[in-house]
Amino acid sequence: MNNIKKMGPELKIGLEIHCQLTNLQTKLFCDCLSNYRNSPPNENTCPICLGLPGTLPLLNKRAVEFASMICMAFNCNIPEEISFYRKNYFYPDLPKNYQTTQYNSYELSSIGYEGSIEFVGDSKSKTDASKDSKQRGRIRIARVQLEEDPGKITYEEDKSAANNYSLIDYNRAGVSLVEIVTEPDFSSPIAVRGFLNEIVNLFEYLGVTDPSLEGSVRCDVNVSVGGGKKVEIKNISSFKEVEKSIYYEITRQKTLIMHEIDVKPETRHWDEKRKVTIAARSKEEEEEYRYFPEPDIPRIILGGKFVSRVKTLMPELPIERLQRYIEVYKITEHTAKILVNDKRISDFFEESLRYHKSPIEISNWIVNELLTKINEKDRQGLTDHNTRGLDILSVSPSQVAEIAKLVEVKALNRTIAREIFDKSIETGTSPLKIIENLEIEKISDEASIIKIIQDILISQPQLPEQSRNNPNVINYVLGLIMKETRGRVNPQIALKLIKQMIESN
Amino acid sequence: MKSLYELPAFVVSRKIKEQEITAEEYISIIIERIKKVDDKINSFISHNFESALIRSRAIDKKIKEGINTGLLAGIPVGIKDNISVKGLKNTCASRMLAEYVSPYNATVVSKIEEQGGIIIGKLNMDEFGMGTTSEYSSHGPVRNPWNLDYVAGGSSGGSAAAVASSQIPLSLGSDTGGSIRCPSSFCSVIGIKPTYGSVSRNGLISYSNSLEQIGPIARTIYDLVPLLNTISGDDPKDNTTVHKKYEYQTNNVDNILKKKYRIGVLNELIDDSETEVGKNTRKKVKQLENYGCEVEDTRIPLSNYALASYYVIATAEASSNLSRYDNLRYGYEGSPEGYEWNSYFSESRSKFGDEVKLRILLGSYVLSAGYYGKYYAKAQKIRSMIKREFDILFNKYDILLLPTMPVLPFKLGEKTLQPIEHYNLDVYTILANLAGIPAISIPGGLSEKGFPIGVQLIANAFNEQKLIDAGVLLENVDGFETWIPKI
Repeated sequence: MNNIKKMGPELKIGLEIHCQLTNLQTKLFCDCLSNYRNSPPNENTCPICLGLPGTLPLLNKRAVEFASMICMAFNCNIPEEISFYRKNYFYPDLPKNYQTTQYNSYELSSIGYEGSIEFVGDSKSKTDASKDSKQRGRIRIARVQLEEDPGKITYEEDKSAANNYSLIDYNRAGVSLVEIVTEPDFSSPIAVRGFLNEIVNLFEYLGVTDPSLEGSVRCDVNVSVGGGKKVEIKNISSFKEVEKSIYYEITRQKTLIMHEIDVKPETRHWDEKRKVTIAARSKEEEEEYRYFPEPDIPRIILGGKFVSRVKTLMPELPIERLQRYIEVYKITEHTAKILVNDKRISDFFEESLRYHKSPIEISNWIVNELLTKINEKDRQGLTDHNTRGLDILSVSPSQVAEIAKLVEVKALNRTIAREIFDKSIETGTSPLKIIENLEIEKISDEASIIKIIQDILISQPQLPEQSRNNPNVINYVLGLIMKETRGRVNPQIALKLIKQMIESN
Repeated sequence: MKSLYELPAFVVSRKIKEQEITAEEYISIIIERIKKVDDKINSFISHNFESALIRSRAIDKKIKEGINTGLLAGIPVGIKDNISVKGLKNTCASRMLAEYVSPYNATVVSKIEEQGGIIIGKLNMDEFGMGTTSEYSSHGPVRNPWNLDYVAGGSSGGSAAAVASSQIPLSLGSDTGGSIRCPSSFCSVIGIKPTYGSVSRNGLISYSNSLEQIGPIARTIYDLVPLLNTISGDDPKDNTTVHKKYEYQTNNVDNILKKKYRIGVLNELIDDSETEVGKNTRKKVKQLENYGCEVEDTRIPLSNYALASYYVIATAEASSNLSRYDNLRYGYEGSPEGYEWNSYFSESRSKFGDEVKLRILLGSYVLSAGYYGKYYAKAQKIRSMIKREFDILFNKYDILLLPTMPVLPFKLGEKTLQPIEHYNLDVYTILANLAGIPAISIPGGLSEKGFPIGVQLIANAFNEQKLIDAGVLLENVDGFETWIPKI
């Protein structure tokens, strides 16, 4: 249930998210590579994706699977059968001058419909977690559809009128794209930003796309203020800009309302340089896409069998992982969210557990030590845009596991452990190696301790006799051991052994 | 003695395989024949003579070495100019594609070459397949070999006329609403539109994807069947093809008679035709009855709505299919350099002929958001109702019989200015396209003035064999393969 009662006019924000299925081998309708990013212009093309006369689209079945996985992650219904539609419009980046997509106005055609997603939530606002989760807990999804990406136009100048030429590259044409349309369930730009970050993370969990690739996840926004008309904002290059464009649009619409000017339902473009939205489409070019069913692709019957097969392909989702961390591993919600909200860190955590199954200890090392370190580096500006988090440090899961194990099992002093860990993640050397070099390992194995006690008893053979009358002798021996080993011996074990050896003597 | 070009392909192919003659000799004779005759008929848009000769020599070599050469060894096949042949111009009889050379082979073309067939050239047609007379061509109209002042029918007019005038024994056409059967009827050859999904459309330049199929045209059923067998079959490059066994036979008459085919005669449609067409069609009914087939009058109540349904669907799909032509990357001589996109686009779009423009406009109109339900959705509803009517009829009958065309061939220019009358000519042929079922046009005789009349037989989906059987019967009683125009 959405219970939004806020001050001021009601704000409604909806999103259209486009996600390229970059992890597919090939494009949606031909055998050209999905990965078009490394090819010279117009070389990752074939007669089909160039729309040459007589070519027919050949549906990539894996794309349907990937799109279904997205639908399941968004708890959408998947219909018994789906179909494709042609969206007809003329644009130079569209090789056929129509886009093959899905369309629900005449029938249920799209791969997913009427879903909703509960999201993990931001871990930073732990002071106010309850309120937070109520406000932004669930977003309804109108539909999920599978379609093809167009090519790419490069203009000489930003203003199209000033262009002497424009260049078209069809390498991207025909790449699988999943469009996710939400209901207008967001009530703040911050909520949108948080949601988008989680969605990207979710795509990574699903393994359908690599969000670090430029343009792999894009987003259009629609905004309405005070129950007014809906304005669509397009052409937004990054999530940061999404947030800014919404702020701008809210101010623009509120100003109009204040002056009692009607907000027109329209499409506006985000001008990134000037940080304003600009009306994009005039009335004479009103949308007329002449949708009709794509005759070259027969209806695809999915049915229960398909759905249950895709279910088996589904990985553990962030929200499920969060639950597991809290319930099974007994990790605090705060820590669990931090781990889960970045798939790579969460995977790193899981991998560490394989070396030493102590979730709480390991999660603390990751969240309190490792991530702090990464954030420091980030602040120092040592990361460039493409290397993320874990890459900047030479750290492997086994290092974290080792340090946790040393502290827990061998009772390594925490302050020393932290120093060792710092050194370890800077250099990539394993903590054990560092300790060996520093010789500061806690001596816990009984044989070594027995050997030290024996040496003491040989040089001071009166001690067992004295201890019968004086209990302090045991502590005296312990003191000698500590002196000898510079405090590296585990005192509990040593005490136990001293008692045993003096009594048996 | 008959010249080689007059003989059926299966006879010549046997001679080539038995090394009685060479494929090279045969192809040379064919080339000569085309050069001699086609000036009058205008059935070819472009020739492929040089590579045809090279291929013929390769086939001769294979035969000498005892290597298997396939069903069509050494046989020249003409290809309608909307079917892609790698390295050849593929104009669709349109100024829009005047310089377009296909970089790939249509699946049917590859299959013909695999069977030793030789692509001899590209055949004239109505622009993008839109027309019933082969007059709407940027290459000029095709003339009827029986009378050069008359239309050859369309849109595969070149494919039918080239075969009828004994230039080539075999050709491929495409049939969206009768485009194979109409010219076959007007030129007195056999043409079949196969079941939708039985022949790959990969490489066929789409006019209306959900209606059209590629099909063969021949002078005798014994030539038609090997080409049909060659091109039929599912294709990973066309998601609408159906996986089935496609092995059609030319059975002998006795075996066919044992099947005791039940024939439904579409009486009203025969009555609605020109007198001579009706008379000849009834003669065919009689002949089949004499063979012992069960004959009964029947009707398709919804046939009145078929034409409207057909033209809504066909133009809707066409308006979208043809939107890709903007001469940005291929098309005609001319470069977008220096133009603003919108002005370049509208200039390039003016290259379409008037009939094509008309159909694009119609199609755009019926698809616009406010009219989708009124036109397109309704047309699809009619279409599925017609399918159901056929289903019911095929519970009772093996074959339905009707004229191919309601009229005899007419003079060039006679009907080009009357679109509705022009569209009405398709009323008997579009039924099979709407229902996706196979239909064949078989020579049914000549009118008093010597114009061909075709009889059309329709069977249920994937029942081409029944149509072929009926073709064998009619060819045997009539000997129509010997009706050859003098040219």
